[in-house]
Amino acid sequence: MHGPSFVYPNDIHVAWSIMIVLYPYITGLVAGAFVVSALYHVFHDHKLKPVARLALVTALCFCSCATVPLLLHLHHPERALNIMITPNQTSAMAGFGFIYSLYMLLLVVEVWLLYRPEIVKGAANAAGLKGFIFRILALGSRQITPGSQKADEWLIGVLAMIGIPAACVLHGYVGFLFGGIKANPWWSTALLPVIFLISAILSGIAALLLLYLVLCWAKKITPDADCVRSLCKYLWMSLVAAVSLEMLELLHLAYEAGAEWDVLRELLTGRLAVSYGLIQVAIGSVIPFLLLPVAFRTERYAVLRTFLGTISGILILIQVFAMRWNIVIGGQMFSKSFRGFVYYNLTLQGREGLIAAVVVLMLPLLALFAVSRLLPLIGDVEPHRPPEELCKSMPLDVCTSHQ
Amino acid sequence: MNTSHDSDGASGCGNRPATSGLNILNQGTPCGGGGSCGGVSCGGEQRSKADSRRQFLSRATSMVFGSFALTLLPMESPESTAETPLPAPPNGGAIPAPPAASVAKPVLYGFLVDTEKCIGSGKCLSACRTENHVPDGYSRTWVERYVHFKDGTVQVDLVPEAGYHESKLPIVDAALVDKAYFVPKLCNQCVDAPCNQVCPVHASFTSPEGVELIDTDRCIGCGYCVQACPYGMRYINPETNSADKCTWCYHRITKNQEPACVEACPVGARVFGRLDDPESELSKRLGAVRTQVLKEYLGTHPKLHYVGLSGEVV
Repeated sequence: MHGPSFVYPNDIHVAWSIMIVLYPYITGLVAGAFVVSALYHVFHDHKLKPVARLALVTALCFCSCATVPLLLHLHHPERALNIMITPNQTSAMAGFGFIYSLYMLLLVVEVWLLYRPEIVKGAANAAGLKGFIFRILALGSRQITPGSQKADEWLIGVLAMIGIPAACVLHGYVGFLFGGIKANPWWSTALLPVIFLISAILSGIAALLLLYLVLCWAKKITPDADCVRSLCKYLWMSLVAAVSLEMLELLHLAYEAGAEWDVLRELLTGRLAVSYGLIQVAIGSVIPFLLLPVAFRTERYAVLRTFLGTISGILILIQVFAMRWNIVIGGQMFSKSFRGFVYYNLTLQGREGLIAAVVVLMLPLLALFAVSRLLPLIGDVEPHRPPEELCKSMPLDVCTSHQ
Repeated sequence: MNTSHDSDGASGCGNRPATSGLNILNQGTPCGGGGSCGGVSCGGEQRSKADSRRQFLSRATSMVFGSFALTLLPMESPESTAETPLPAPPNGGAIPAPPAASVAKPVLYGFLVDTEKCIGSGKCLSACRTENHVPDGYSRTWVERYVHFKDGTVQVDLVPEAGYHESKLPIVDAALVDKAYFVPKLCNQCVDAPCNQVCPVHASFTSPEGVELIDTDRCIGCGYCVQACPYGMRYINPETNSADKCTWCYHRITKNQEPACVEACPVGARVFGRLDDPESELSKRLGAVRTQVLKEYLGTHPKLHYVGLSGEVV
């Protein structure tokens, strides 16, 4: 850059705050968790059976909170539904309401079908508030037959199959929101939706691995070795794919060295040196890249595997958050004059402050905790028991066999 | 300057748009004139029942498929096709069938900034702030001073607003300077405006005169348009919590007045006028001198033109 910096007067106000960092982060976790559940329900990777239900419930809990950061960010949240009532066909953002609603509906139906046996059983047996909630959730369903069980499983498979492209659309679309902004050279790339999608899968697997290990620890059960190894393997593969794409994009920008490269280079070596170079690349990518193969190749040392899996999961969640931060906030840290830089002042309080952001991140976990009080997430869960076997374990008035 | 609307060709249904989809929509509307409209006779002729039924079915099918096809098409910017009439302000997401008034050939405004005339007085800036009640810390227009030093570096500074700010421009040693000039900035009123494209709720829209405006009662304050504007013109107004920007003083130009900045400029560096009138000063200047637009490579097609723009200016 030549000469002293110069910033357009309106560029000093950073329009998109940490809430817009959280939005792709949360939807990424949704998409990633769903992909893991699909690996079991569609591709029948039975090693993932212990986390199959957890994956879907995690996706639902995070998805139900995905709009919270957006509502906190909007300057007129009371008009939020205008995005669906009067959508502008040429706006990428106008698709959000429809894509989100359809995906949420798909998740709700799939989770309900998955837990129908437990819900029906709870509605028949549980008392008090728990029984009341189960009776509402049962939606009038009072019995499980082998036929209905088979139909449920078939429907779950179909929904999981539809859910894979839906998850890709949900998160690829988020990447497109940024990638379609030609005014910003840090965002404007066709690779961005793909990078967002792969890193979403990465974060979803990492979150599931951590949740599974935490739940096992809380329930005092030994984590399934095959499941943990399998998750670590998928995690490593996603990490390699995500980081390769991220580096490819950077290399492309640097190699072409267009007019915008001057400002981007200064951005990466200056404002984003810590969050990009140190956190996203060195700590969040390189260390898990080295640790995960040890975790998934270790057959005998369960404690070591759990330890390395936990460390890698945490680091990868940090890596993906840093990636979202570097894209969203980083893209606003330089002026469109391409001659100067802007500071983002993250306040502690306020609607878009740090405390609000932490609360938003806690909400899905609280929702997950609430679900765990009603329905089993891991451990004694056997999602695909044969209907006959399932019927044996239920009271006669709940389970009616047609055989 | 004449800023009134043209009204020629606005009556009846004769001046139909060339877009086939709109023709399909219009065929379904009754014609009050009793003549021929869009190839469909609407006089009092007697037809056989079979003919009427066939025509009805054909028309209904065209309407259904035509409407469906229209929803799949991106909404075209009015200025991008000369024959398509400019749309009325949005009506809730649907592509409006053009009302009689919008069928009229619209006024099309343009702007010219002569950087060779600008002296950086800052009077345009204070006039804008006063006229449009622009909150402190935000700007609808500004003036940049470019100083090219002999060592190849370029220094850019903001010209202070006359009467509003005490700060003075940094003083530079003239002996070290190759050249220096002022560049006023304001909304480019792009023909293919990215801000308009990305607004999710139609709060950003194009006026019949081709001016990009914001419906503050509809804006959700998402800030997407702020990100999409390549010229940094948009901001979220802290008083209305809606997007805001320069409108070329739409409230004035539709009353045959000039924008406040144009009126305040002591040297005539800002020229506003009609692009569709070959006799306007703007058209004559644009026809006589070589001009440039900002960030042309982005394909936004600004209606703000510059005289004497240097390559360093972005």
